[in-house]
Amino acid sequence: MHIELKAPLSEKELKKLKVGDKVFIRGKILVARDLAHQKMVKKIPVDLNGSVVYYASPTPQPPHHIIGSIGPTTATRMDAFTPALIKKGVKVTIGKGKRSPEVVKGSVYLVVPGGVAALLSKSIISSRILAYPELGSEALQEIEVIDFPAIVAIDIKGRSLFK
Amino acid sequence: MRQISAKKIAEAVKTLCIQANTELSLDVENALKQALRQESSKTGQEILQQILQNAKIAKREKLPLCQDCGLAFVFVEIGQEVKISGGSLQKAINDGVKQGYKEGFLRKSTTSDPLTRENPGTNLPAMVHTEIVPGNKLKITVMTKGGGAENCSAIKMFKPTSTQKEIEAFIIETVKNNGANGCPPLIIGVGIGGSFDQAPLLAKKSLLRKIGSVSKWEKELLSKINKLKIGPMGLGGKATVLAVHIKKSPCHISSLPVAVNIECHAHRVKSTII
Repeated sequence: MHIELKAPLSEKELKKLKVGDKVFIRGKILVARDLAHQKMVKKIPVDLNGSVVYYASPTPQPPHHIIGSIGPTTATRMDAFTPALIKKGVKVTIGKGKRSPEVVKGSVYLVVPGGVAALLSKSIISSRILAYPELGSEALQEIEVIDFPAIVAIDIKGRSLFK
Repeated sequence: MRQISAKKIAEAVKTLCIQANTELSLDVENALKQALRQESSKTGQEILQQILQNAKIAKREKLPLCQDCGLAFVFVEIGQEVKISGGSLQKAINDGVKQGYKEGFLRKSTTSDPLTRENPGTNLPAMVHTEIVPGNKLKITVMTKGGGAENCSAIKMFKPTSTQKEIEAFIIETVKNNGANGCPPLIIGVGIGGSFDQAPLLAKKSLLRKIGSVSKWEKELLSKINKLKIGPMGLGGKATVLAVHIKKSPCHISSLPVAVNIECHAHRVKSTII
């Protein structure tokens, strides 16, 4: 089943998502990876209530493009920081690879195929840096997406697609 | 002696960095198409289609296939009758990588220090491996390799009396434990023998040949690993691995090192001969 998801998200919308569902996301999502996570848990730079966090860092923006290529990075590397950010309001994380339901308790984990970064860049209609510009491509960004395709890998009940 | 200018080498490296990152090689594309024909999982099929679609967009728009444009590995075979003029080989390679990553709008993922994690934004230094060979030519191979798959790799020092079966179990276990995180369908590079430092390099060098399992053992391993059903992106299916490549080397009577270098489906290798 294909579900349209509007970010940021409410608790009610989260409950609708079941493991294995294919979703298309529309709206504003945050982009952050290792170093931005390390900074975010010390001092939250933006309102995270209902937020969707995509683990990624794009290639530089070429001329005539909204953004460079932007695919997911390995989610488990963010595990140490994830529970703290869920407490602060993160509702959905997006990445690639296996993950433990314990880590994402209280949220939903979506996966997108890794290595299809040029394709995924086509779902992005704007981007801006929110914090940590000194981190270059690893800065905390906000992107606006349309029809961004993802699969529910761990749902709110802790059911996982990974064996 | 045949003279080759450092400038020419830098230019070649620059072009290879951009090509490798934006143009999926035909051997990889064909392997992915074959995987798609054999895949029975619907999600697996969709992911393989997205991967092929991504390659089309990347080539058409000169966009990187993957946002992780990797460390730049540069393998050089230098003919012993070649003299490099106008600068050092190392500098020529680094100049080429720096220019390629800048002009190609490629992501710079090389930190200057492993602990402070500073990123100077040049993707330098290039990871250079040279070999002196007969002749008056210079062969340059650029491989750009992302961190996600590299992190799934492993090395183990076996006993000299260890069996082929034990080695096989280690290779399969490495894919089983971490394969889902390395962007499957994967290519598995295996280095057997040499020393503690050589085995991983053998594994990496095994990835440089055109992809495809050739020997009996490679084919058997391919079939066994694909029975793990990890599938595209770890979401289940037949296509866990596109190929297994094994490279062997002589080693000490006391040792038997085995290294497994995991490579993602965005396998980016380009060569040229000057």
